[in-house]
Amino acid sequence: MKSVSARVVIVGAGPSGLRAATELAPKLPGEVLVLDRESVAGGVPRHCDHPGYGIRDLGRFLTGPGYAQRLVHTAVNAGARIQTNAMVTGWADESTLEVTTPQGRRRVRGEAIILATGARERPRSARWVPGDRAAGVFTTAELQQQVHLERLPVGSRAVVVGAELVSWSAAMTLRQAGVRTVAMVTHYPKPDAYAVFSGPGRVMFATSVLTSSRVTRVVGRGRVSGVEVLNEQTGARRLIECDTVVFTGDWIPDHELARAAGIELDEKTLGPRVDSTLRTMREGVFAAGNVVHPVDTADIAALDGAHVAASVLSYLGGDTRSAAGAPIVATGPIRWVAPSLLRPGAAAPSRGKLLMWVDEYRALPRLVATQDGQVIGSAKLAWPASPGRVFRAPWSVLAKADPSGGEVRLSLG
Amino acid sequence: MSTIYDVTVIGAGVVGSAIARALAGFELKVLLVDARNDIGDGTSKANTAILHTGFDASPGTVESRLVHRGYELLRDYCAQAAIPLQNTSALLVAWDQEQLDSLPTLQTKAEKNGYPHTEIVSAEQVYATAPELGAGALGGLVVPGESIICPWSTTLAFATEALQRGAELRLNTEVRTAIIESDYTILTTNSGTIQTRWVVNAAGLGGDKIEALFGFERFELHPRRGELLVFDKLAAPKAPVILLPVPSKLGKGVLISPTIYGNVMLGPTAEDMTDRADTSTTEAGFAFLRSKGEVLMPSLLNEEVTAAYAGLRAAHDQSDYVIQADAATRYLVAGCIRSTGLTSSMAVAEYVVELLDDAGLELAERTGLPPTPTVPPIGEYQLRPYADADKIAADPAYGTVVCFCERVSAGEIRDALTAEIPATDLGGLRRRTRAHNGRCQGFFCGARLTALLNQAADDTKAEARR
Repeated sequence: MKSVSARVVIVGAGPSGLRAATELAPKLPGEVLVLDRESVAGGVPRHCDHPGYGIRDLGRFLTGPGYAQRLVHTAVNAGARIQTNAMVTGWADESTLEVTTPQGRRRVRGEAIILATGARERPRSARWVPGDRAAGVFTTAELQQQVHLERLPVGSRAVVVGAELVSWSAAMTLRQAGVRTVAMVTHYPKPDAYAVFSGPGRVMFATSVLTSSRVTRVVGRGRVSGVEVLNEQTGARRLIECDTVVFTGDWIPDHELARAAGIELDEKTLGPRVDSTLRTMREGVFAAGNVVHPVDTADIAALDGAHVAASVLSYLGGDTRSAAGAPIVATGPIRWVAPSLLRPGAAAPSRGKLLMWVDEYRALPRLVATQDGQVIGSAKLAWPASPGRVFRAPWSVLAKADPSGGEVRLSLG
Repeated sequence: MSTIYDVTVIGAGVVGSAIARALAGFELKVLLVDARNDIGDGTSKANTAILHTGFDASPGTVESRLVHRGYELLRDYCAQAAIPLQNTSALLVAWDQEQLDSLPTLQTKAEKNGYPHTEIVSAEQVYATAPELGAGALGGLVVPGESIICPWSTTLAFATEALQRGAELRLNTEVRTAIIESDYTILTTNSGTIQTRWVVNAAGLGGDKIEALFGFERFELHPRRGELLVFDKLAAPKAPVILLPVPSKLGKGVLISPTIYGNVMLGPTAEDMTDRADTSTTEAGFAFLRSKGEVLMPSLLNEEVTAAYAGLRAAHDQSDYVIQADAATRYLVAGCIRSTGLTSSMAVAEYVVELLDDAGLELAERTGLPPTPTVPPIGEYQLRPYADADKIAADPAYGTVVCFCERVSAGEIRDALTAEIPATDLGGLRRRTRAHNGRCQGFFCGARLTALLNQAADDTKAEARR
């Protein structure tokens, strides 16, 4: 097996990996190598053929594919090497990856390794949705690839499971493919995307949003013919005719490499546990983007890439302190928080923000931090905490937290 | 003049394919037919995938004898055909005093079935073997010979070898009537008629309907649905061996087993049905499996479910396999073959050949048989193409990974689409390559696979026009 080595190896050529490569390549002698298993670099935005990309990181308003192309060009121009069709299959040792490429099997060693593998939507099976094993069941990503990359037909009537940001993205793709979205089903009591989408969205897509509801059965021999929907408040069940079902959201990090290496995971995000500088619990291994916070928008993932680059430079410059410290723990309606480790002396996280996911809507939330039984900080936020999208809060709420103390607990007051 | 086949085997499941393979070893014109669009697409594809030692069969039955013999035959055949097989051993776990007390009886029964290698172990030993088991196990019985196997590859190897030995295969062919003439039988189907001297009924769940066409009513069949949950491969260390319940009158109960693809399986349920095509999973089935999982191995439920499916077993009113030949109608039935049929398949085929010989079918061994074909290495513990440096060097398509979760390469997908018995739909491709069977269930590769299948279908049509 051929062995190669690079200064930094980045796994995943999506927004966070490409942006990290862009920042690192000009500042480091030696190679910055980005490995991606897809045949084209760019990550998920490649198949999100609608505008809304690049706002926070580039100050532009681009389509997904346009944004992906720009990130790739910028990284290449910065001197990074991007290798596609390169599937990392495991670890040879703590700093060496095993990689399958059409050119052969490779061992790839990096002085630092950044896991930027992103997240995926849970498929129907992982959501325990029973019924027939019929064709016509998608996740958003599969739907978008089928429509925008392979240009294949989908169906004519769809039910979208979920009513969060990505669910509207699915509805948009369905419309482009000539498919009517007859209903969107969410178990939350109100639609979970921004009101700016939900209100006009319903009109634009001529769809109804079924709240407090869930799909309890997929029906259809061969092809989907309908789904059974249970209203959890009334107990009523109804069958909605459709030939397509799209399971959206419900993200899980692609954490296989971290778990295979025995790197500690955060039990709430299921991504690798990181501190505010995106160090994992394994020296020399970093993680950035949606593998850490499943999921935030592409521009936030890209800004993570810039943030992790600074951290990698400091590590290569000799700051090899490991990521020990106080755990940051989400409680109550807060499902997860990232980063989830308070390391002594670590800089603030990307954009100075804590990222969280909530399971209950709060119009004007008050975030409270406690440590060892004492309230150590709180913040009243001017924006709502809503299920289905990341809830951001200033890192300063933890300013008085002691990294050598007990766990820091976050709750909504 | 139309062909008259010597033997037509109805049902291209694991048993029918094994029979066709065995018969094609003689100078016979053999036809294998199946109502479905792929081989092994009925009961054979959705079982618990265990190569049984037969330790718990009823001693003295045909089943006991054929499982015992089939175990040896299939184990050797797996080595020849590279069928994924792993000897994991099984551990029957006793959860109450009654079950614990029955272990010595089971051990004696195993000895009567010709399997003297079981061992009764303490609760401590049970937990040393499977530390993730739920609390409360009192002891267990180790069955070292129990193994996990790829049921799908087994059927594929049998059917492919049958074809290479000169047998013919007709899929999408449902037998509807049988007209028994003096020298041959005419089978009418949804796609033309078949003239054949002998008919072998290996129709699985459809076996009683074929029986009726020949005037027999020896057994009644009804579908028994078994729902199964397949957990993420990252859960594999939790089930190092097959974890079986102590059998009761109600069947074998719910087991936790490693799969040959590296996953962990929980199931099956057992539900008597009337609809012979209803392979849907249910809320009640999932709730039952969840409740079982909470007792057997609570930590397994923290893992992601990769797939859920249901299989239909042919439940019947008999206490043994029904394998009988009728010389007058030139008809042989291999029916009432339960979940042990995977293990016994080659021995059933051997026995069928013997019965046909006795009934007067002339059997002359075919000379110059081709070597046994090998099936693609889809077992987790085989050298898979993505990790095979030599294979990739010879053909870069094996180094181009298309299905990331299961690490299936473009070369393997191409091979499956152009094989002697090719995949024609996503299900067929999944079974042949594992593509789309992983944790993402198509998030990454689904659209690409659909495009590749469409392309293959177009190629086939273009080929047909030429």
